[in-house]
Amino acid sequence: MENLSQFFGRFGGVYLLPVGLALGAFVLIGAPSSWATLTIAGLSMGMMVFLMASGLSLIFGLMDVLNFGHSAFISFGAFVAATVLSALSGWVGADSVFLNSMALVFALLAAISFGLAAGWFFESVIIRPVYHDHLRQILITMGALIVSEQIILALWGGTPITVLRPHFLEGAIILGNVSVEIYRLFAFGLGLVAFIGLYLVLNRSRIGLLVRAGVENREMVEALGFRIDRLFIGVFMVGSALAAVGGAMWAGYETLITPALGGEMMIVVFIVVIIGGLGSIEGTLLGAIMVGLTANYVGFLAPKLALASNMILMTIILLWRPNGLRPAVK
Amino acid sequence: MSASLSKPSFGDIAVKSTVLLIAALLCFAPFLFQDVRALEVAARICVFIVLVASYDLLIGYTGIVSFAHTMFFGFGAYGAAILLRQMGPGWDAVILGGLAGVLVSLVVATAIGLLSLRVKAIFFAMITLAAASVALVLASQLSHFTGGEDGITYRTPDLFKPAFKLMVDEDGKVLRLFGVKMNGKLAAYYFVFVTCLLLFFVMLRLVGSPLGTVLKAIRENEARAEAIGYRVVAYRTFVFCLSAAIASLAGTVYAVWLKYTGPDTALSFAIMIDILLMVVIGGMGTMWGAVIGAVLMVIAQYYLRDLMGVAAEATAKLPLLPELLNPDRWLFWLGIIFILLVYFFPKGIVGTITQKGARG
Repeated sequence: MENLSQFFGRFGGVYLLPVGLALGAFVLIGAPSSWATLTIAGLSMGMMVFLMASGLSLIFGLMDVLNFGHSAFISFGAFVAATVLSALSGWVGADSVFLNSMALVFALLAAISFGLAAGWFFESVIIRPVYHDHLRQILITMGALIVSEQIILALWGGTPITVLRPHFLEGAIILGNVSVEIYRLFAFGLGLVAFIGLYLVLNRSRIGLLVRAGVENREMVEALGFRIDRLFIGVFMVGSALAAVGGAMWAGYETLITPALGGEMMIVVFIVVIIGGLGSIEGTLLGAIMVGLTANYVGFLAPKLALASNMILMTIILLWRPNGLRPAVK
Repeated sequence: MSASLSKPSFGDIAVKSTVLLIAALLCFAPFLFQDVRALEVAARICVFIVLVASYDLLIGYTGIVSFAHTMFFGFGAYGAAILLRQMGPGWDAVILGGLAGVLVSLVVATAIGLLSLRVKAIFFAMITLAAASVALVLASQLSHFTGGEDGITYRTPDLFKPAFKLMVDEDGKVLRLFGVKMNGKLAAYYFVFVTCLLLFFVMLRLVGSPLGTVLKAIRENEARAEAIGYRVVAYRTFVFCLSAAIASLAGTVYAVWLKYTGPDTALSFAIMIDILLMVVIGGMGTMWGAVIGAVLMVIAQYYLRDLMGVAAEATAKLPLLPELLNPDRWLFWLGIIFILLVYFFPKGIVGTITQKGARG
């Protein structure tokens, strides 16, 4: 047993889990082309969920703050992006890739700037007074979530809204007999870029060093004279902006969004964060990919089980590792 | 605690007499408020007092936050509803359904408790939230059993039929006492009232017992309680199961009263938010708070919306404001009140009043 875990540890340890999952699914599904389609769908879903979840995980890791209102950023991101896209509908539908991508860039920028502003507001007005008090934190952020959902309902109404996709992201590429939706590739790429960016910032820059040190031992970093609260606002704003981008991407993926979107995604985000372990983006990525793949495979193999699949996955992993796969917080 | 040992403070007396007054009003509600809507409000208040008090056992007395309380409420309601539908109206269906609901609640609560109460407390809130959402989705998907989004309508035991004659006068018609018909509706209301009263007394007794003191000790200082020798995880799991069972019973009672069970009345997240608001408004960590919170919230739910409709019409010409004053947006205002309460009066109405009296 000891030798076995060392053997697996050398080849990546828990990071092998998604590979194992994919291989197991390959055997069960049988048909390589549908397996490939499902795997790509799962990976791109995982990447979008990663965008939404990474901020929550970092925020908890650094400041011991659990933001139940995180899903408000997801919904707002989705709705802001959808509004910008429909305002620029001329550009979105145009035949020029340049105009298409400009519309997309504007939509994402709007989501990002909204996320940054809302994150700043949330942190300084709502959460600051209740540091170090988990009970009141949960209650307050829950209250903020209720209020934000009602604001979305008041602004956009309760009816589903159609999200326009930029023209060049429509359609699919055919590789052999596997068809790959372009939008999924794009979502996967964007998530990957975000992950690599976060990884480099956290592991290669001075700010990242401070953030990681703060996750490890906050008091010590403060004792060395660094203003960790300022750092925290930054992390909070970036985390919120990432959630907004994730929401915007998800809106394009679903193409029809309702105000319930944030609440639905929140459950998935929580499960991802719990599976991955709080405080590390590697863990969050791992959890997101696992959840994305499981959701797609189970949805294909046993549609009835699809709803409970995430819960079952979480239960198994918690029984095996009560603190998640890669926790950064002890 | 100190307040009840020493001379009762002014605030303490005020709170307890208010609760007594509420109990008296609820007891004679069918005679005092003779319209259908008021009786509906009174029954809802009774059920929610029990539901909120059982939630307070968790959040106020033990300091654990669960978002799965409506799930247990729903188990009880659906248990009774499904059996009443399958077996026809009868007491056996109600009792079996109630027991089945309690059993399912206990199993699920034990599983969740053992799985997540031993790890970080913060996981518990997230896991219960996830479990509750799965239960909600399952209820709408398994439409075979649960009737899906439409829910189930069914008939309750004959005693509770509006046409049932509890007492008859000489002509064989339903007897009227103080202008109130002695019919099944009245019997149903008193069924709700008495069951809720019993459940409330059970909880009241419980928090006054040594067990209640241990729970408070865990809330105040977990490490110390553990060091003294109490098995914190076991106590937490026990309380979680207990409050789940009581919530489930409350669900059964509500299902019998409503003669309808659906996601909106028994499982939806909106009910969870209502419970949270009631606990926080009334005051965490006191059973009396549950009473006052539930009464205020239910009355607000029924009557505040009318007021908001009037306000929305009055401001119809302003931008955005009428949208926010729309009766459907009432949660917006409650959310803001909720946040302000948690900031400025974390002890809620009862806690704040009791404290004031003790100081003076």
